[in-house]
Amino acid sequence: MSRTLLAIRGLETHFPVAQGVVKALDGIDLELRESEMLCVVGESGSGKSAAARSILQILDRPGRVVGGQILLYRYEGDSEVPSETIDLARLDRSSREIQAVRRRDISMIFQEPMSSLSLAHTCGDQIVEAVRLRHADMSKRDAWARAVDLLKQMQLPDPALTAGQYPFQLSGGMRQRVMIAMALASEPRILIADEPTTALDVTTQAEILALLGRLQRSLGLGVIFITHDMGVVANIADRVAVMRRGKVVETGDLASIFDSPQHDYTRMLLASVQRLEQPSDLKVPATAAVPPPSGVVEPLLQVRELSKTFLTRTSLFGGSRQTLKAVDGVSFDVLPGENVGIVGESGSGKSTMARCLVGLYPASSGSMLYRKSDGKSVELVGSTRKGDDPLLREIRMIFQDPFSALNPRMTVGQIVGEPLLLGRVARGRELKERVAELLQLVGLEPKMMERYPHAFSGGQRQRIVIARAISLNPRLIVADEATSALDVSLRAQMLDLMLQLQQRLQLSYVFITHDISNIRYFCDRVVVMHQGKVVESGTVAQILDAPSMPYTQRLIASVPRPYTSKAPPLSH
Amino acid sequence: MTDIKTIDTAPSTAGFETPLRLMMRKLARHRLAQISGIVLLLLYSIALFADFLAPQDPNAYVGRFTYAPPQQLHLFDFSDGFKLAPFVYDYKVTVDPEALKRSFEINTEKKIPIQLFVPSEPYLLFGLIPLQHRFVGAADRKAPFYLLGADRLGRDMLSRLIHGARISLSIGLSGVLLSLVIGVVVGGLSGYLGGRTDMVIQRIIEFIWSLPQIPLWLGLAAAMPRDWTSLQAYLVITIILALLGWTELARVVRGKVLALKSEDFVAAARLDGAGEMRIILRHIVPSFMSHIIAVATLAIPSMILAETTLSYLGLGLQAPIVSWGVLLRESQNIRTIASAPWLLAPGFAVILTVLALNFFGDGLRDAADPYS
Repeated sequence: MSRTLLAIRGLETHFPVAQGVVKALDGIDLELRESEMLCVVGESGSGKSAAARSILQILDRPGRVVGGQILLYRYEGDSEVPSETIDLARLDRSSREIQAVRRRDISMIFQEPMSSLSLAHTCGDQIVEAVRLRHADMSKRDAWARAVDLLKQMQLPDPALTAGQYPFQLSGGMRQRVMIAMALASEPRILIADEPTTALDVTTQAEILALLGRLQRSLGLGVIFITHDMGVVANIADRVAVMRRGKVVETGDLASIFDSPQHDYTRMLLASVQRLEQPSDLKVPATAAVPPPSGVVEPLLQVRELSKTFLTRTSLFGGSRQTLKAVDGVSFDVLPGENVGIVGESGSGKSTMARCLVGLYPASSGSMLYRKSDGKSVELVGSTRKGDDPLLREIRMIFQDPFSALNPRMTVGQIVGEPLLLGRVARGRELKERVAELLQLVGLEPKMMERYPHAFSGGQRQRIVIARAISLNPRLIVADEATSALDVSLRAQMLDLMLQLQQRLQLSYVFITHDISNIRYFCDRVVVMHQGKVVESGTVAQILDAPSMPYTQRLIASVPRPYTSKAPPLSH
Repeated sequence: MTDIKTIDTAPSTAGFETPLRLMMRKLARHRLAQISGIVLLLLYSIALFADFLAPQDPNAYVGRFTYAPPQQLHLFDFSDGFKLAPFVYDYKVTVDPEALKRSFEINTEKKIPIQLFVPSEPYLLFGLIPLQHRFVGAADRKAPFYLLGADRLGRDMLSRLIHGARISLSIGLSGVLLSLVIGVVVGGLSGYLGGRTDMVIQRIIEFIWSLPQIPLWLGLAAAMPRDWTSLQAYLVITIILALLGWTELARVVRGKVLALKSEDFVAAARLDGAGEMRIILRHIVPSFMSHIIAVATLAIPSMILAETTLSYLGLGLQAPIVSWGVLLRESQNIRTIASAPWLLAPGFAVILTVLALNFFGDGLRDAADPYS
């Protein structure tokens, strides 16, 4: 039986706001033992970050711990009985005691290593500072040696070099390693990790997760790992606490949570992620949608050798120009009624390509042949789409961030009606009726059209974005990370909505995502992109189950899957 | 057609308020800004009704009362029981025969009754409405009534202050309006077009910033012909102020446009088929207008201060135009201030106005983004 490091009892954290009090934590109980990885999982607004910040008393103002206990146990040597017990909930946020706790007992790592590291100091210096806060009498030279040693433990290729570098010279994954080294420099017994891999690419995430697991075991750390991703939980957790609306709804071993979840919410959460691992029931096979008379299906969109180059530096007096090739010779087809997934990590050029497809960026070279509804083919490269060009109606886009995609100064009705008005499709009363119809189609009430976007949740906003996209009876929708800003339970809903609309409106989707777990559910074919180039393309089964290229293999192996032991067999 | 179920829960009442109302509600929570807003409203209405509110003609001089000190206003008359009958005491004027200097003492023997809506010489309110009464004044038109004292020529400081507010406050407003137009157009172009246009415009702004301001004003004001009418002078000073003041606003507008240009909703509008003009006017401008109004409000004080400075130095407006800066010229030497400190009153008016505008502008700026 390992020793208990931290016990949270009935913790309450409140945020006073103008209209009253937001109960970020509403009486939660948690316990962390030695050498244990406790995953706290929940959707946005569940209070998981507030819990982490309450422990260290680093809540953003005006948040305040108002009740309950956070008991920290300190031990002498191997003794089973704690030599000291401190209730962190009672300490003042700037007291000496809490500072000592932060210095010796508990460290924390955050989501964004770029904003948690100082850009004005080398990584080594920052770790040295943490080391010397712990060991005040350690010489600078020894502390530096310790810093390099720590970086070595983080499996950085050249620890001595990294120690001398500034954070902005490092990649995201390396920065997060430096951050972990800094957290461990104070030799804590507890590490709190608040979504440490959310900002990272999936391959980097896999490496960091492996590293954290190894460190935790070798150092006997108690880790509180905060995440929204059930796949990550399944990969690393010993125990799991599921949070919702400021409460812990269920706690238990990894196996018990995944195999026999007790609470409805846990079940719903698991069901929605596991559902995405299978092809959707709503999916119609693409070829069945339009039976070709000739037997050969003409592609709706034929992209060949598409390239997009950006000028990164221009000088007033001409001079040297630097270019960046964001998209580099990409080719793929989209058949009518088909969903093509474009998968890639950040910087793979997938979003740039999406913007070339819809005409927001002019392509630099290559060709995009689009077959219009009247059967004629048009070349999209080199043409500009303006005003009531039918191309603007037929190819539409769904944006990633539903908060930025809606003009905050326009009502929902005006937003959804804008393309109808500009396309001279409808006006006045007819416009209103059409907008009401569209809102109903995406599952919103028509009376919502008088409201402004700020009154809507992320999921509802994304529905509004979709309503705008389908308003002109499009044939091809480019969805750029359409679900990545949403919580997992909403993600499945949104994909279902898009599939239902596909059936009704005979749509094709180009589905751009970094999240491979959606692909099987939504797509027919996949194009894998890396650094602007296509690595591999094929059907979903080909790519996900038997990838041929090493990059694809690594990418797919890195995706954390939401199953504890063996994943159930995949059906196609 | 089966409808897809709505699963998300929406806040039931929120969302019907227009951005403007949200902004007003946020402003209503800003105490200092509210008080400043009321002060400004008062100041501007005083300026608007200056003819009616000023107790005397600002240019009427009375040799007998040069440098007369302020009189105290008594609201109640206790001599004969208790009566609401406002009055001021008359002066007892003695002239030092050697220095020819007048000294004033309060003559408690003689009360000068004060009345509301006293008859006066006929004048035109707003240049349109013929009136023969003023708001307040001595019942006897010839009796001295100097609540804020008199100046070198025995003119009533209060009346001059009220008339000065007209020029000083309006020059700030019109100067900012003009620079707002230039700033929004130039800054908007700079941000929206980007590239080389942006480069050139920004370098021009930096060039203007590098010019030493006071010498430039001096030059421009000196170029103004002496025989211009007061209206012409007023217009030219406004233009001079605006020509130098637009740069700050242009920078702010450019920043906002740059930020908004990369918002997805602007890209969405483009895909909806909106032309450039519609994108700018319907999608970009409304999003930064409230912010710009706040920034413009914060720019008015510097205009007012600039006018005051120019006129004080004798480069801006000239007598007989009455502005606070012109009035302050009277207090240019220490001897005058020592013997007639009430001549500094316009200075306090400037301070009050500038502070009120700054507080109000701050509140507006905080409220300008109702979604933050």
